[in-house]
Amino acid sequence: MTSHAWINLAYLAASMLFIVAFKLMSGPRTAVRGNAIGAAGMAIAIIAACFDPKVTSAVAEQGAWPLILIGSAAAIGGSIGGTMALRYPMTGMPQMVALLNGFGGAASALVAGAELASTVAAAGGVSRCATAEASLVSWSQFGIATALTGLIGGLTLFGSLVAFGKLEELKQFKKAWTDPRRHWINAILAIAMVGLVIAVCNAPSQQLFFWLLVGVGCILGCTLTLPIGGADMPVVICLLNSYSGLAAAAAGFVIDNSVLVIAGSLVGASGLILTAIMCEAMNRSLVGVLFGGLGTTAVADGDDVYAGKIKSAGAEEIAMILEGADRVVIVPGYGLAVAQAQHAVRELSDVLEARGCEVEYAIHPVAGRMPGHMNVLLAEADVAYEKLREMDDINPTFAETDVAIVIGANDVVNPSARTDPSSPIAGMPILDVDKARTVVVVKRSLSPGFAGVPNPLFAADNTLMYFADGKKAILDLTAAIQPAD
Amino acid sequence: MPAMLTTLIADAAALPAAGEDPYSRFVRLLTVFLLAMWVGFEVITKVPQRLHTPLTSGSNAISGVTAVGALVVTASLASTAGTAIGFVATTLAMVNVVGGFVVTARMLQMFNPKKK
Repeated sequence: MTSHAWINLAYLAASMLFIVAFKLMSGPRTAVRGNAIGAAGMAIAIIAACFDPKVTSAVAEQGAWPLILIGSAAAIGGSIGGTMALRYPMTGMPQMVALLNGFGGAASALVAGAELASTVAAAGGVSRCATAEASLVSWSQFGIATALTGLIGGLTLFGSLVAFGKLEELKQFKKAWTDPRRHWINAILAIAMVGLVIAVCNAPSQQLFFWLLVGVGCILGCTLTLPIGGADMPVVICLLNSYSGLAAAAAGFVIDNSVLVIAGSLVGASGLILTAIMCEAMNRSLVGVLFGGLGTTAVADGDDVYAGKIKSAGAEEIAMILEGADRVVIVPGYGLAVAQAQHAVRELSDVLEARGCEVEYAIHPVAGRMPGHMNVLLAEADVAYEKLREMDDINPTFAETDVAIVIGANDVVNPSARTDPSSPIAGMPILDVDKARTVVVVKRSLSPGFAGVPNPLFAADNTLMYFADGKKAILDLTAAIQPAD
Repeated sequence: MPAMLTTLIADAAALPAAGEDPYSRFVRLLTVFLLAMWVGFEVITKVPQRLHTPLTSGSNAISGVTAVGALVVTASLASTAGTAIGFVATTLAMVNVVGGFVVTARMLQMFNPKKK
């Protein structure tokens, strides 16, 4: 067997390990092993790459130089990545993942750019390498794949950077960009994009076209992500994740490498599935999320819905109700993450459980800013995995629930999604908290949620509003219950 | 027998042998792409909602596989520009790979009940 075949066999082994890694991700116990196996696959692929014939022939000609070069790049990148991953607070996971994702996309675009530069040099040099010349003909696989990698990579990088800014709540990204002219700007960019893709495919050796295309991809990444509001972030994160995979797969077509194609398409598929799940959980089309609509529509007046019907209560009163409860369901939303109230919530449920009360958590698929955000947040506070119940699972049990405590969630518990066909969120699957005997809503004010629609739940007969900051509210509540124990 | 099998598998995944015409090479990669996509769909639909965050960050780490391409293009020293751009690509891809796997490991650690 040639060394070439050995390397490809190693790539194949790595690809298989990636598939096993994804497979093991389906259970909380096996997922740890899955992650380790994925890392092992990556290590195998990277080591095999160091024995690529192109690398070994460069080493034979130039000595250890090439190895020092890649070794130092890997050391720099690895230590930056490792430090970031260890230092970043767990609550900032969504933005951390967004940032890493952007780097992956950028790397793929640059791989295409570097390969293009080297191929042009090889075709034009004294040696006039025949394979390089063949790569650079019009509409070659090399040319098409290079164009797509540059475009998707640039889009992923800047889309992810904007998503990072939004999730990190940087001032510049606070307000979604809703200027109606953005559709025109996007249309112009789309035309430029198509034109440049054709130009690169037609004449791959014109490197300027490639870099212009990367630039257009970068701008598109911004203009497509800037208008997207916070509550739609889970969809964007999934989509960008998918793009970074597709960029890697496209880079695999550029350099004829099967491990890139396999791993990239696995990630692409995973991102696409998650995107579809997120959209379904919000009852929105992908096009609707990407090009806006919700949030910019006329907002119904909340005063009519709430007038005279709001009952507010303090910690003492709610504590008394909780003392008599046998079953309590806690419904966390993004507000819980903002208030950093996860530990306070855990303490509250500990106190309630000590009194013999059953406590569970109802997790809406799009609660928070990334898929599964609430699960990570509550896991950080040591809430047992089994207590976190999914929507379809827990909805039938609300009728037997004494108290539902809603913390920092709004649209995902809005009953008008079920009852009012004219509502912008009509048909969105929600948590049926209104069916619980008593609903306690912890909220700062009556301000509407992301969808901008008033929530009739707040005015319902069985609802008590507890106006306060999420963390302080829960701490006060816990303190008010304790003496009775 | 096993030796023959390994040779067969390696041949199927092999880089283009000199002389393979560009169309069959493209079709070969496209086959790999679509089959892997299919496997991805099958495997990932089985992941429960509560593990979606680790899945996202784990798959994010795997998308750093582009590091393989970055390493080869950098170390082949085929052109100055290619090597320089490749160096940056390698660095970014390695941030993605290491950061992604470490973050996922940290996250998954929290999901598992601490042993007392």
